This record gives sequence, C-alpha cells and structure tokens, in this order.
Amino acid sequence: MTSVAGTAASPAISIRNLFVDYFPRRILTDVNLDIPASQITVIMGQSGAGKTTLLRCMLGLKKPSSGSVHILGTDIVRASRRELNAVRKQMGVAFQGGALFSSMSVAENIQLALREHTSLDEKTIQIMTRIKLDMVNMLAAENLMPSELSGGMTKRAALARAIVMDPKLLFFDEPSAGLDPSTAAELDQLMITLKTTLRMTIIVVTHELDSIFKIADHIAVMANGRVIEFGTPQQIIASANPEIQGMLNRKPRENIVDTDAHLRRLVGG
Amino acid sequence: MRAALEKLGAVVLGWLEHTGRTFNLLLLVTVELLQPPYRFYPVVRQMYFIGARSLTLIVVSGLTIGMVLGLQFYNILQRFGSVDLLGAGVSLSVIRELGPVMTALMVVGRAGSSITAELGIMRITEQIDAMDCMAISPSKYLIGPKLLAGLLSVPLLTMVFDFVALFGGYFVGVVMFGVAEGSYVNGMIDTVEWSDVRIGLEKSLIFGLLVTLICCAEGFYMHLTKAGSQGAEGVSSVTTDAVVLSSIAVLYSDFLIEALF
Amino acid sequence: MDKLNIQLVTGIFVLLGIATFTYQAVSIGGVSFSEQAGYTLTARFDSISGLREGAVIEAAGVRVGTVSGISFDPDNYQAIVSLRVNEGVPVSEDATASIRTQGIIGEKFVKLSQGGFPDMLGDGDEIAATESAISLEELVGQYIFQSDAAQ
Repeated sequence: MTSVAGTAASPAISIRNLFVDYFPRRILTDVNLDIPASQITVIMGQSGAGKTTLLRCMLGLKKPSSGSVHILGTDIVRASRRELNAVRKQMGVAFQGGALFSSMSVAENIQLALREHTSLDEKTIQIMTRIKLDMVNMLAAENLMPSELSGGMTKRAALARAIVMDPKLLFFDEPSAGLDPSTAAELDQLMITLKTTLRMTIIVVTHELDSIFKIADHIAVMANGRVIEFGTPQQIIASANPEIQGMLNRKPRENIVDTDAHLRRLVGG
Repeated sequence: MRAALEKLGAVVLGWLEHTGRTFNLLLLVTVELLQPPYRFYPVVRQMYFIGARSLTLIVVSGLTIGMVLGLQFYNILQRFGSVDLLGAGVSLSVIRELGPVMTALMVVGRAGSSITAELGIMRITEQIDAMDCMAISPSKYLIGPKLLAGLLSVPLLTMVFDFVALFGGYFVGVVMFGVAEGSYVNGMIDTVEWSDVRIGLEKSLIFGLLVTLICCAEGFYMHLTKAGSQGAEGVSSVTTDAVVLSSIAVLYSDFLIEALF
Repeated sequence: MDKLNIQLVTGIFVLLGIATFTYQAVSIGGVSFSEQAGYTLTARFDSISGLREGAVIEAAGVRVGTVSGISFDPDNYQAIVSLRVNEGVPVSEDATASIRTQGIIGEKFVKLSQGGFPDMLGDGDEIAATESAISLEELVGQYIFQSDAAQ
C-alpha cells in the first residue's frame, strides 16, 4: 500500500513508481512518496527494509531500474550530470559514518564545498566555517583531524559540513546510531532548530523510535522494499497495520523471554 | 560441461568489464582535467608522495641493480676477454629495460598499493559518495592529480634510477675490477643512442600512466567488485589485486613495446 | 609536513629528474642542441653491411665526423651514405672512403684516407673512390674457392 502526503504546498521531493533491482533481488518495489518542504520527514523501518537504497536514489548515487525522483522540480533519474550537480548544490548530506575526508582537518572538510563552488575570500570562508561549527557546538575541534574525533563529534562535524552551503534539503542517515542519549538528543534539537530557523526540508533515515517521535512531522514506514505507511506521527501510532504496531511496540528482549528458559538455552541444558 | 563453460564465460565477461571500466576512467578523467578550473597544488602534493618520497628507495635499488649488473656482465665478458664492453652492456640494459621496469615496479609497491588502499577506504566509508553529493567530481578531484603525478613522477624517477645504476656499474667495473675508465665511459657513449634513451623515456611514461591508472581504478571502483561488501578485508584484497595487475601490465606492455618498436 | 616543505622537496625531486635525464640524453645519448659545424659529403658503396646511421668517421684513427644518413639507390643497386664531416677537416677530391670494422666483431665505421690532389671537396660533393665493407664470410669463401681452383 502506498499513500501520499496531503500537504498543500508542492513537495520538495516526489518519488513515483520507483523500482530498484539488484539482480536477482528486488530491493525497492513501487515506491511512491511526496516529501513536504520545510518539514522533517523520517524514513523508518528495520534493517534491510530498503531505507538506505531509497536514500541513495534520492541522492542520485543509485540509478533505479524504473520510476522517477523529482527533487525541487528536477527528475534526477533522467537529469544530466550538470543538472544533477545543480540540484546537489542545494542538498546537504550527513552520512551515517560521517564520511569526513580523512586527509583534511574538520575545518577543511567544511570549507571544501565553499572553496569549490563559491569565490568567497579567505576571511569570509573562515567566518562561515566558524559559524557552522558553532551551530553544532564544535568550535574547539576546528583543527582536529577526523581520526581524532569521537563518534558524536564526527556526526556533528558531518552535519556542519552538510549545512555549510545553507542547503534547501538536508539528508541525515542514522543520526543517533551509536551515540549516547544526550548527544543524540542534542542532534535532534539541532535538526528542529534548522527546520524552524532556516526552513530546511530535512529527511532523516533512522530506526531509533525515541528520536523519531521527537523530531518527525511526517513518517514514512518501510518494510520489504515498500513504503507501507506515510503520515503524521499520530497517524502512524494509530495505524492498524500489524507490522507497524510490531515495530512500535517492540520491547527489549530481556522483558519478553523467560530468563530461566533463556539461561537454560544458553548453557544447552 | 555447460556449467563450466558458463562459468568461464562469466569470468571472461567480468574481466572485460573490469578492463573497460579502467580505461573508461582514464577517458573520463582526461576530459574532466581539460575543463577548468586547473589546480596545480594537488598535483605537486601527489608528486611529493609518489615521486619525492620514493627517491630513497629508487636510489638504493638503482645502485644495487647497477652493481649486480656490473658483476654479472664482468663475469661473462671476461671469459671472452672483452671487458671493454662492460659500459656498453650495463648502460644499454639499464636505459632500455631495467630502469623503466624496475622503477615502475618499485612505484607499484610503494605508492600504488597505498593509492588503492586510500581510495578503497574512501569508497567504503562513503567519502567518495559524500564528495559526489557535494557536486564535486570525485574522479577529477581525487584521481586527476594522481594520474598526472604518476605520469610525471615515474619518468623522473626512472632517470634518477638509470643514473644511479650506471654509477653502480661504474663502481663495480672501474673501481673494483679495474676496467679502464675510458673504455667504460666511451663504451657507454658509443653504444647508447638517443633512440635508446627515448624508448626508455617513453616506456616510463606509459608505465607511469598504467600503474597509477590501475591502482586508482581498483580502489575507486572497489564497490563494484565482490570485495566491495567485505570492508577492511575487501580493501586489502583489492590492494593485492592492484599490485598484481599493475605489475603484470608493466611487464607485458614492456614486452609489447620491445616487440613493436 | 607543511605546504612549503612539500613544494620544496618536490621541486628538488623534479630538478634531480631533469638533470639526470639531461645527462643521459646529452652525454650518453649524444643529442647536441647546437649541431657541430661541418659539411656533408656523399659516397657510394657496393655494400655497407653493418654500417649504421650515427657510426663514426675516422681519419688517421681520429674521430672527424658521423654518418648522417644511409639510402638505397635502386638503379645501380648501391648504398648512398651521407657523411657529416667536421669543420676544419679538409677532404681532397681523390680521397678514399672505406668501411672498416673495429676488431673482428666490433662496430663498422667509415675510414677516410686523404689523397694527393690540391682541390678539396665542398658541401654536397661526392667522394668518388670507395671501398665497400669486407665480409668475413666472403673472404673465407674466396680463400677456399681459390685454393680449390689452384689444386
């Protein structure tokens, strides 16, 4: 089943009949999705549901077998390299592992896009770098190399790099994976700030339930390569789909299994 | 039988695809490098890494090879009583053959392997994807300077290698075994023609391009191979592949050039 | 390592490479940027077998020029050799050019023997008297043939 967002304004991203095959497996099956502008949309689902593939299609990193992905009015599946790059200059991406360039310092990582795409003078570049670093609370790490950063710092540096060009769209892959709760909460807050102050359209791919309901304006639930539900958090919670309810109500395993039986199984008795 | 044939077919197709991809990359990067902006510092940086940092290795190996050649030729030539040909023998084999080939193999081992590993790691940690998403062409930004630096550095290193190897041969022949200095040096000058020096230079240009191209392509396209999903282990296996492939490419193209020109 | 150092070291590397290349090209390979002053003579030989372009021209055992070109004359079935003779080496009209070998298996070279005429040859002139390459096999063959015939 597929559904389409009901927001009135034209969507920032609109995906139609998207199929992705990775022979002989079908990864995405008939995905239709409209991502509203200036809001936070979370794509959730279990591992292997096709979240990452969908994200890569939206970034133009993966060519789908068929279907279209319109971003800010351009169909990036059929766009030329030049057109794709024009769209990409309005997108910022924070990858799961940060993907910071390991041969450059944090500041150089952030400055790369500015140096390549603008003709700003050195002083302006420095100031803009500091502003972005300050936003993610990373000013002190300016001259560190990526290998010297902790997991949380890497994510924040990646976010600073993603927003340096003030993009219209921000993609965030697994923002809270591997982070302690307070750092994760900090990132959540930062995303909300970006949405409200800069009116950025933010797409987050994650499976962390806590974070999803704190930040999401819309949620797309994926399972087995399909978008099985799309709606506001309230709509998702109220969904009658048993698969979604299974995802939402999943409790830590210790609470489910009988401890004695579990121990017996472990010792093989 | 049929299954075996199909398997063979798949392997051959895989190799063809591999080769096509590699030379496509060369084409792509060439076209991209012809478009502005032109940047020189990245090339200098790569020349520092591929060329300047290999100098010690090249000097040591050149000297050793030159001395070994001196000993070998001396042993053979003295049986025929023509040690006067020592300079000619050493210089011709160094300038035409051993200089370009040995230098290229040394560069494969020292710089080529780390180029592949670097690009492979950048691929699996999504750094290349990140660059792509920033609308910066990873092939131009990452591979362009490396290819140019390889194309320039390997010939320069070859020339240094040749010089040091000739000195090594001189040392063994003239200083150790007392071959007349004039006959060593004049033998060298009379035998080696400009065409020999030119072929050595052309070979090293081709080797420089081949070695860097293969090492770059192996790392850059790592995700398209089986190793792409194997993380760190995959990086080590593509690095091995790159070293083996580029060494074979150097030796085989050396044979081809010798046979054709 | 900072930017300046990298540039400095790379610069030294490049200079080193160019210097060693120049040494090989000029000193060993024999490329000269300014061609040595001289003039060109031609000579016809019935056989030059083994003589190559770039071979040495000697007069009285001293190097006085190089073979600058070799071509084939299909009408007379002869080889035409261009001889680049250095400035200051006069060659008389009745001089002889002969092809000789350094040692038994050594390289072929052109030997110039001066004649007695007072008139000297100029650029583009032809040396009329020539001696072709002596082939060891032919000599041996002739010797065997002659000794056979004598018996």
